[in-house]
Amino acid sequence: MKRRDFLKSVSGLAAGAALPAMPQVVSQAKADARSETLLIVSEGGPNNLDIHGVGTNVPGYEVSWNCYDRLISHEMKSGPGGVPYYDRDKFKGELAEDMKIDDMSVTFKLRKNAKFHDGAPVTAKDVKWSLDRAVSVGGFPTFQMSAGSLTKPEQFVIVDDATVRVDFAKKDRLTIPDLAVIVPCVVNSELVKKNASEKDPWGLEFTKQQTAGSGAYKVTKWTAGTEVVMERNEDWACGPLPKIKRVIWRMVPQAGNRRALLERGDADISYELPFKDFQEMKANGKLNVVSLPFSNGIQYIGMNVTKPPFDNPKVRQAMAYAMPYQKIMDAVLFGLGNPMFGAAKDKATEVAWPQPTKYVTDMDKAKALLAEAGYANGFETTISFDLNFAGVNEPLCVLVQESLAQLGIKTTINKVPGANWRTELNKKEMPLFTNVFSGWLDYPEYFFYWCYHGNNSVFNTMSYKSPEMDRLIDGARTAAATGDMATYDTDVKGFVDLAFAEVPRIPLYQPFVNVAMQKNISGYQYWFHRRLDYRAMAKG
Amino acid sequence: MLTMIGKRLMFAIPSLIGVVIVTFLLTRALPGDPAAYFAGPAATKEAVEQIRKKLGLDKPLIEQFFRYTNDLAHGDFGNSLTTGQPVAAELRNRLPASAELTLLGLIVSIVIAIPLGVLAATRPGSWIDHLCRVTTTAGVSLPVFFTGLVLVYFFYFRLGWSPAPLGRLDVFYSAPPTVTGFYLIDTLVARDFEAFRSALAQLILPAVTLAIFSLAPIARMTRASMLAVLASEFVRTARASGLSPSTVIVTYAFRNAMLPVITTLSMVFSFLLGANVLVEKVFAWPGIGSYAVEALISSDFAPVQGFVLTMAVMYVLLNLVIDILYGVIDPRVRLEG
Repeated sequence: MKRRDFLKSVSGLAAGAALPAMPQVVSQAKADARSETLLIVSEGGPNNLDIHGVGTNVPGYEVSWNCYDRLISHEMKSGPGGVPYYDRDKFKGELAEDMKIDDMSVTFKLRKNAKFHDGAPVTAKDVKWSLDRAVSVGGFPTFQMSAGSLTKPEQFVIVDDATVRVDFAKKDRLTIPDLAVIVPCVVNSELVKKNASEKDPWGLEFTKQQTAGSGAYKVTKWTAGTEVVMERNEDWACGPLPKIKRVIWRMVPQAGNRRALLERGDADISYELPFKDFQEMKANGKLNVVSLPFSNGIQYIGMNVTKPPFDNPKVRQAMAYAMPYQKIMDAVLFGLGNPMFGAAKDKATEVAWPQPTKYVTDMDKAKALLAEAGYANGFETTISFDLNFAGVNEPLCVLVQESLAQLGIKTTINKVPGANWRTELNKKEMPLFTNVFSGWLDYPEYFFYWCYHGNNSVFNTMSYKSPEMDRLIDGARTAAATGDMATYDTDVKGFVDLAFAEVPRIPLYQPFVNVAMQKNISGYQYWFHRRLDYRAMAKG
Repeated sequence: MLTMIGKRLMFAIPSLIGVVIVTFLLTRALPGDPAAYFAGPAATKEAVEQIRKKLGLDKPLIEQFFRYTNDLAHGDFGNSLTTGQPVAAELRNRLPASAELTLLGLIVSIVIAIPLGVLAATRPGSWIDHLCRVTTTAGVSLPVFFTGLVLVYFFYFRLGWSPAPLGRLDVFYSAPPTVTGFYLIDTLVARDFEAFRSALAQLILPAVTLAIFSLAPIARMTRASMLAVLASEFVRTARASGLSPSTVIVTYAFRNAMLPVITTLSMVFSFLLGANVLVEKVFAWPGIGSYAVEALISSDFAPVQGFVLTMAVMYVLLNLVIDILYGVIDPRVRLEG
């Protein structure tokens, strides 16, 4: 090192050491970059940039949503508090400029000018390959496609270079909505095929690391567990050019720091903060806090109905009367949730989901019911919860434990590590537990099909089986597919009533998704997947 | 010297083999099923089985172990499921971040603790001795994540002196081209002084957090060892011979008091690597500690094994360095070695 260089570096050191005491000087270019950049901070980041990949986590869905296009998407409507909310029933073309629904198929005409990030045009071939991929790779994407009766590659037909037809396997109201979820995204087939191998015919290893879509953004840098940087695709054809040029998404594990970053104005958006923080930020008004109910989602207390004491409906009703509902709303959620209890006695059941039950906290009634069931002196049981969501689950379970103790029910709390939670659910052996279920497709029969049907899916965590319930759910599904709305309404009301009377699971509340952002950020939209859509957002 | 290093490295081999076996078994004994975890929230039983097959977890344990050691021999640490990246590459990228932070923390700690310890020893019972006792006790009693959060609260949130705790560099700077992986050095090599300032500013709070935590053992050991040496006969002789107090303390006493301090330093360094896990969490530091914790939470075997193995190798190397340092400081050790 030359002497001059040495001196320079030493003065640099001295300047650096003095820096923390000085206000940060930001050059003009940097200020401009800041105004066109959205800085998001969250706890976790993606583990895979492709939703078709093995075990892609929820943050990965956000990347897919913004970097890939689908054939169709949803229109927006005005939701609670005037926040734009996706419209379940209105679709708009994304890659498709036209959609024609026939009796047993739907035909999409592709936009002529749509291009992938590498400049290749989006053709019918790419669409077919991508949909084939979604139904073939197995795991979550294939499962989600099957929810809309999309199961076989033969269902996707290339009509000509710019036209694709999707044949229905059977009549199913959920087929079209299922084409607008995140999974059926269109991938650059030529590019991915070039990077696929015999062992990996769908090129999952390639798309794990980089985005190969036609979406409004593309990932330019991804350091797993640290940050994702996305740049706007200047040639995006499927909508107006987004206002945000660059998105920097940093992982900040400490919730307290995320809040500090927001309040100091260094970060633009954050979610996944404790409810108490959201509540306080809402109250002090320095930031915009949006709280919206999960569509088709409920936090509930489930009971295993195959084993005593919860095989007795009387015991389950007693439990439903013993829940400390209001305490949970106040002390756990700080009001950030929709109560799913205490509907008026004379209120008629609606054709809607979720809707509140008529249960309220009534210890005398609970005691009487328990006595009738032959458990006047209570019993011993274990309540389990997922530690990944301990912030809500732990205080909730403690309150339930306290309340049940008044009935002589001795409850032990079992904390299940996140990695183990799904295994435990799958075993279906936990007697008592709390969990959330929320469906991407916002239809009552969809929720009930997964959670109450006797085919006993993973989400029927209670192992509840009732021929009458199955008849009503299947009836509603068929009625919806054929458009027989009168039967549909009776069946939906029927299964809701039955679910509330037999209470294999006790609905507690509809959770809120909370997002805090700076006042100068606009364009937040609520989507069924509850992640951010950068395309509509603007800063300043 | 070389034969000594060679011998020491030979001794390390059995312990490394032990580490490989134990970590493999321990990670397999963890509760939790990675296949169920990674199959996603909406997985059916079949989907979970498909994933299990893809991950090779359906094979017998012994076969998994041989496959693992075989991969290891080829330098392949496996793939992390949580981050989706090869473990070897991630450790390589993240290790410098942890090492830079830990070393800086240690240096800050040494710069404060050793003079403090020496002063306390030369004036036992004075205010500086009490100061030494109070600060070190306080420092070691506070958990690191708490100290970290308090520092962030005051210096970033309240006063705004410190930059946002967002990792190694301000969001709008780009990382310097990698030479050593230490940003402080790499930015200087690249002559990017703005980035250097940003990197240093980001480092100060986490490094101070670590330093506060590690003051106690270093300062206390320095004090105790200095007291012992100052009471010894050769110091008395030196004083009686009319040598200046500074010569007595610095040249004669301090050098002799250094040996136990060096031993303590190696211990402090290793437990700082452990404390790092929490500090990295607080400061969103992209180091290996936070990486290992994330992996552990999601039963992600490969990174945990990779992390433990890396740590084991580092401990072996660290002990080697300490042994060599002994030789430099104390000629008697050299002769025996």
